[in-house]
Amino acid sequence: MMSLHDNRRWKPRLLECEIPASNPKSLQISKPKKVNLRPHFLLLKFAFLPGFKYPVAKTGLPLWMLGLDADRLRADLNRLLAFLFHQGILDEQYLQLQQLQDESSPNFVSEVVNIYFHESEKLLRNLRSLLMDRDFSDYDKMGIHLNQFIGSSSSIGAKRVRNVCVAFRAASDQNNRAGCLRALELLEHEYCILKNKLHELFQIEQQRLLAAGVRYPMLN
Amino acid sequence: MGNMATQTQFHVLAIDDSLIDRKLIERLLKTSSYQVTAVDSGSKALEFLGLNGENEDEERNSSVESVSAADEDHQVGVNLIITDYCMPGMTGYDLLRKIKQSSSFKDIPVVIMSSENIPSRINRCLEDGAEEFFLKPVKLSDVNKLRPHLMKGITTKNEMQSNTNKRKGSEEIQSPDRTRPRYNELEVV
Repeated sequence: MMSLHDNRRWKPRLLECEIPASNPKSLQISKPKKVNLRPHFLLLKFAFLPGFKYPVAKTGLPLWMLGLDADRLRADLNRLLAFLFHQGILDEQYLQLQQLQDESSPNFVSEVVNIYFHESEKLLRNLRSLLMDRDFSDYDKMGIHLNQFIGSSSSIGAKRVRNVCVAFRAASDQNNRAGCLRALELLEHEYCILKNKLHELFQIEQQRLLAAGVRYPMLN
Repeated sequence: MGNMATQTQFHVLAIDDSLIDRKLIERLLKTSSYQVTAVDSGSKALEFLGLNGENEDEERNSSVESVSAADEDHQVGVNLIITDYCMPGMTGYDLLRKIKQSSSFKDIPVVIMSSENIPSRINRCLEDGAEEFFLKPVKLSDVNKLRPHLMKGITTKNEMQSNTNKRKGSEEIQSPDRTRPRYNELEVV
């Protein structure tokens, strides 16, 4: 997904964990579409011809072209959301979060999701350090971490992450260390996917707002 | 604040140890136009209400400018308490019991939330005085169920006020007479 604007400014950050290429269950993350920027540069040339008055936005692109971007980005957003629901990565609780966002709380979803990222990474670190300890036996403590992870994942609609946590908890209840390790690997993998996809969502939304804002400057 | 005979907004006290769930319930309640105070433990909730586990009256006299809901006439009153069940230390159930045992706060409706669907737990909470039990994640449709419990509180409060003749003035909501039967108007057949 290439940005027509400054694409150096925003990059989805990956966790240290790698998405194993050989994992058959791994998602086909769509390759960034190559956007043909040439027509835009042509217009830019026109804009600088003497006598040619063309409203040009701060980004150097003509306003009416950015307006088209807003529609295209909205379509991209919807397509990504549909994909995430279809894959079970998100469920309708995420929509509930979106419904709670309005003019009085315009960043609600990203605020909550950022808290979720922060807490989840702490939990993942705790879980890993528990299991890496050779003398580990405190399955109760692991259960407490997992309950927290299940609760927060459920609250933001992270369905697949939540389901892996539930399976993880079952292994923990049986004091099955090998099972826990496998579950942790899977959990880190699923969390990676979720985080990348949510970053992608936010990126598209950010660009869409920018494009929509420039299209109708009077409404700002 | 100040002396308000009627509150223009309902005030809900929310308790949850999870930050995300606190943000969520706060947003849900604010969207429904409630005033919200969110705390992360049962003990903080009791502190806010002015019940610190010691003698109630003693606390009422000694607590000063803290944002206490102890006196419904003057300070910020609490119209509803919504609490998570599973919390470290004091569970939501323990909190429910403490509130129902308190003379000042036993009439405040209490709602319990839980991520686990355990019928025996749900029944126990409802039997011990909880008005509702919500399964998490809590939705807007759940929060809409709170309004009748809050409206009921207004009726009861007005009865108590007119009984004790604390108020003059016409600002209070005139509650319908259905809760106080007037036998002198009926004919005994």
